[in-house]
Amino acid sequence: MAVELLKGNEAIAEAAIRAGLEAYFGYPITPQTEILEHMARRMPDLGRAFIQAESEVASINMVYGAACTGARAMTSSSSPGISLMQEGFSYIACSEVPCVVVDVMRGGPGLGNIDPSQADYFQVTRSAGHGDFHAIVLAPASVQEAIDLMVEAFDLAEKYRTLVFVVADGLLGQMMEPAQLPPMKPVHKNRPDWALTGAVNREPNIITSLELNAPALEEVNLRLQAKLAEIRKHEQRWAELWTDDAKLVVVGYGMSGRIAQTAVKQARREGMKVGLLRPISLWPFPEKRLSTLADQVDAFLVIEMNAGQMVDDVRLSAGGQVPVSFYGRMGGVVPVPEEIYHEITTLYEKLTSGE
Amino acid sequence: MHEEIIFAGFGGQGVMFVGQLLAYTALAEEKHVTWIPSYGPEMRGGTANCTVVVSDEPIGSPVCKHPSVAVIFNNPSLEKYEAMVTPGGLLVVNSSMMVHPPTRTDLEVVMLPATATASEIGDVRVSNMIMLGAMLIHRALVDRATVEHVLIEKLGTRKAHLQAINLTAFERGITLGQTQQASV
Repeated sequence: MAVELLKGNEAIAEAAIRAGLEAYFGYPITPQTEILEHMARRMPDLGRAFIQAESEVASINMVYGAACTGARAMTSSSSPGISLMQEGFSYIACSEVPCVVVDVMRGGPGLGNIDPSQADYFQVTRSAGHGDFHAIVLAPASVQEAIDLMVEAFDLAEKYRTLVFVVADGLLGQMMEPAQLPPMKPVHKNRPDWALTGAVNREPNIITSLELNAPALEEVNLRLQAKLAEIRKHEQRWAELWTDDAKLVVVGYGMSGRIAQTAVKQARREGMKVGLLRPISLWPFPEKRLSTLADQVDAFLVIEMNAGQMVDDVRLSAGGQVPVSFYGRMGGVVPVPEEIYHEITTLYEKLTSGE
Repeated sequence: MHEEIIFAGFGGQGVMFVGQLLAYTALAEEKHVTWIPSYGPEMRGGTANCTVVVSDEPIGSPVCKHPSVAVIFNNPSLEKYEAMVTPGGLLVVNSSMMVHPPTRTDLEVVMLPATATASEIGDVRVSNMIMLGAMLIHRALVDRATVEHVLIEKLGTRKAHLQAINLTAFERGITLGQTQQASV
């Protein structure tokens, strides 16, 4: 496969198709509409299902239905649309059907604007709906990583029978850069044994999120929690740079992690012992690595395009061992490397002057 | 080599396309490159712009506060971006659409009548190729032969009738860029 100049949203859509996506359901919203448009162009030609639903609520319930049959199904939206889907996420989590959802976040709260944001961190990592659950949340920082994580999202969703989010911001969705798409995988026609396939010559399968008997529902919850504990143990992902001798580690995910990399590189050039940790899985959060780093570094600086959300997870992982500072921009404003560099130097001077 | 270039003008001036053309060309020469558009309310009537980063090294931030090159197609964009260009940077201005000349003295400034020249050639829409040609004279980020090759490929058979005029415009931009010695 050749390296091509690809737009984030289109690359995400094409990667999902090549991962064997069988059914896409969605409703347009900026800044992710190119995903839906790409699906509209490609899926019917490939003999696969594409439906532009009447709303986000309908989209997610169509995904839920298709996934119950064992088909690879997904939807994509942006922040306000993701809010509308929350009931569906919770039903999917309880029913344990594999689904993939892309959230290309935009400035909020409310209708907000269409500029890049990371303000849905709490929403997607905490539960993304009512009841006790977590979805796996993956956050790419480049068009190539978005492609790779889309493919992985389907595998993880099926492995754990869970909901997987791939979260980007409007900047990654709209950006073009060189990347390589994977080869086309055919749609897998073999259905898992739990799937609803017509119950010919077998007992009917039941997929439901309703359990009126309290002890029985507690059993369901215990099973879900055991699964989440497995995911938390095995699926923590991150990338890091220059952490070996770092006194200060900057933590940022997605585009803010990537923008921070330019600032950290500048600080390194000037002799400051600064490193970068970029969480790739936001849930499970890479708490083990953060916790180990907390033994080595003097401070963390968290960069986000929100008022400070992931910073809570960094503080929990650091366990009060070292100070955790925060710098963020809100409302669709993207931080530039100069601002982050300024934060780094201010903090670094304090650390090294022994204050 | 690491340059952060902003292309800015009105919607319809081919600002997004010329940025993408530079990005495709950089990829063809196996350089690292990112392209980001401005989008949102700005697209509907105001200024349209895109930022292209071209580098020999992997690119961290695709956004920048102080571009090293600004290619300015209209007066509102000149007013907005002149102040942002990094000292010692390059400012390429479409003088056909300019109300006041740039005032910065710490930049290389190239002014050329891109819109007037495009009209003269026969299509006002090719002012973008004129601007790109002139820019590449002062910042040789990519080879002009690669630009021509990629342009022909991107226009494809459907827009093959636009090849000649775009290539002519690109040539004129190169000539104008050469004669318009940058004033520092």
